Amino acid sequence: MVQYKFKPKSRIREFLGEKLIALNALAAVIGILLIFIFIFKEALPIFTSSEVRQEAGIGKMLFKQEFYKGREPKWSWQPNSDVPKYSLYPLFLGTLKAAIVAMLFAVPLGVGAAIYSSEFAPRRAREIIKPVIELLAGIPSVVLGFFALIVLATILQNTLGLTYRLNALNAGIALGITVIPVIYTVAEDAMTAVPRSLRDAAIALGANPWQVSISMVLPAALPGIAAGVILGFGRAIGETMIVLMASGNAAIVSGSFVDSIRTFSATIAAEMAEVVFGSPHYNVLFFIGTLLFIFTFMINLGGDFVLMRLREKIQGRTK
Amino acid sequence: MNAGPQIDLSPVDSPMLPFQFKAKSRGLIPKGLTLAAVLIIVLMLFIILFNIFLGGIGVISWDFLTQPPENGMESGGIFPAIFGTVALVFLMVLAVIPVGVLTAIYLQEFTHPDSILTRMIRVAVNNLAGVPSIVFGLFGLGFFVGFIGTGIDSIFYHSGRPVWGQPAIIWASLTLSLMALPVVIVSTEEALRAIPRELKEASYALGATKLQTIIRVIVPQALPGIFTGAILGVSRGAGEVAPIMFTGAAYYLPHLPTKLTDQFMVLGYHIYVMATQSPNIDATKPILYGTVLVLLVLTILLNSVAILMRSRIRSRRVNV
Repeated sequence: MVQYKFKPKSRIREFLGEKLIALNALAAVIGILLIFIFIFKEALPIFTSSEVRQEAGIGKMLFKQEFYKGREPKWSWQPNSDVPKYSLYPLFLGTLKAAIVAMLFAVPLGVGAAIYSSEFAPRRAREIIKPVIELLAGIPSVVLGFFALIVLATILQNTLGLTYRLNALNAGIALGITVIPVIYTVAEDAMTAVPRSLRDAAIALGANPWQVSISMVLPAALPGIAAGVILGFGRAIGETMIVLMASGNAAIVSGSFVDSIRTFSATIAAEMAEVVFGSPHYNVLFFIGTLLFIFTFMINLGGDFVLMRLREKIQGRTK
Repeated sequence: MNAGPQIDLSPVDSPMLPFQFKAKSRGLIPKGLTLAAVLIIVLMLFIILFNIFLGGIGVISWDFLTQPPENGMESGGIFPAIFGTVALVFLMVLAVIPVGVLTAIYLQEFTHPDSILTRMIRVAVNNLAGVPSIVFGLFGLGFFVGFIGTGIDSIFYHSGRPVWGQPAIIWASLTLSLMALPVVIVSTEEALRAIPRELKEASYALGATKLQTIIRVIVPQALPGIFTGAILGVSRGAGEVAPIMFTGAAYYLPHLPTKLTDQFMVLGYHIYVMATQSPNIDATKPILYGTVLVLLVLTILLNSVAILMRSRIRSRRVNV
């Protein structure tokens, strides 16, 4: 006989199973919330405790300070000196310099490779390029940091005659290597998502394959390429091990790209292990973590939003 | 879309139009430039791999892989770091697979893709993938070690000495599992989408409930994708340093970790400390290169397997 009614027991099991799966699906949402709550919680004394505020208030982090009587006010990050100095500006500058170098290096290569593999590459070449980029993405950042520290730094110093072996340029290039796959993947997806009908229309109007890609596919996929660049920038800001190993970690305020730098992420990594639990320094490091989290969160939301709009637009056109 | 009559739309060669020749030769410039970008990337990858292979292959031996370090890392092997890495990613996979797979099943089988909850979960998954690794490290320290661990200690232990409330392999692997969650979800989802509708319909037609269909039909069909996700997660987790540096990794330990609350040595952290804090970099350099090679071979092997498996899943979807 065919059984067509559920036993009550199996109906309960069904209900519980479904609820369990639904509950589980919230793990990512809960995870994001917990990350924000627990990092911000440790940063909170900067706003609430007058004791911490006196040593490391927002004003002291942002503006030039006169640390010693009669000396010129300046930005300085020296949390372990007798007069602890918590200016975030040198770290901000270092983070920005590394990211700028990384983007200058990664954007032409990543976008260029994406254009080649979606527009010009024969099928077989594309099947080689994609795994190569995935392998590049799979190299652990500590390995790239090691390579930049031991090999790349020496090459750059010898060829350019640099004073500092470890500097923004060196760290930025290594950082760029991790950014390339991010840009490539997103940009290539966007270009291959341009519907065939658009290409066919352009070809029917007499365009050559390259005219199709330059005047048709590229403009249509431009938001996607921009999203790839944005997401890559977020990656460059947050990446830790490479800058920790290859940047020199000196919090210098200068406009030069061959000076050593200290970034936000490397500061947390280098100082968290030795910091006194619950001290102002500890709170400041968590505050930097909060800043990094909020910044990358915004970047990711922005990138996702652009990609979603693009997908809707492209799909809308084919209907 | 309606499948209309097939018309061949490939461009027609028409030698009567002279501008086409001009256009064609101008087209060589973008093609050449973008090809150059590809070649530079490939060249970079090969230089890095080649350099590390040449530098590291000399010290790789059976003893190097099976012996503990000696003389302040200037001789001996890296066995404890290999053991720690394997133990770490094993615990990580145990934690991340059930949660990741169930999330993917929920997203694919239970909800409408446009519902608010689905969108919220997707935004969270995407953002989780973009959170900087050092922020995961801070979170692991603040949440797992500081909140959960210390909480367990204050309830079950009253010796005053922290048992769970200190950096340990369990906290490091849980931190990593949160980080690997998006990888597993995305990869499982892809496998779920590749399952032919007919299989599910056949299962329902035979009177199976939704839960039975999921357990007996969907999960077994999605196993290659789940496996791919696990491998990708492992390869990511094996190389990460920033999330575990405050949550359990140690530079040197005389004993292997035997309990969940032990600290552990791990390849990535070992590389970082040897490269940056060694008093005599020339003496440790061969061992350093060897350690990097081991880590690199491990991650590249895992990645290659995952890439191969994924391309097989993708081709199956096209065929069905």
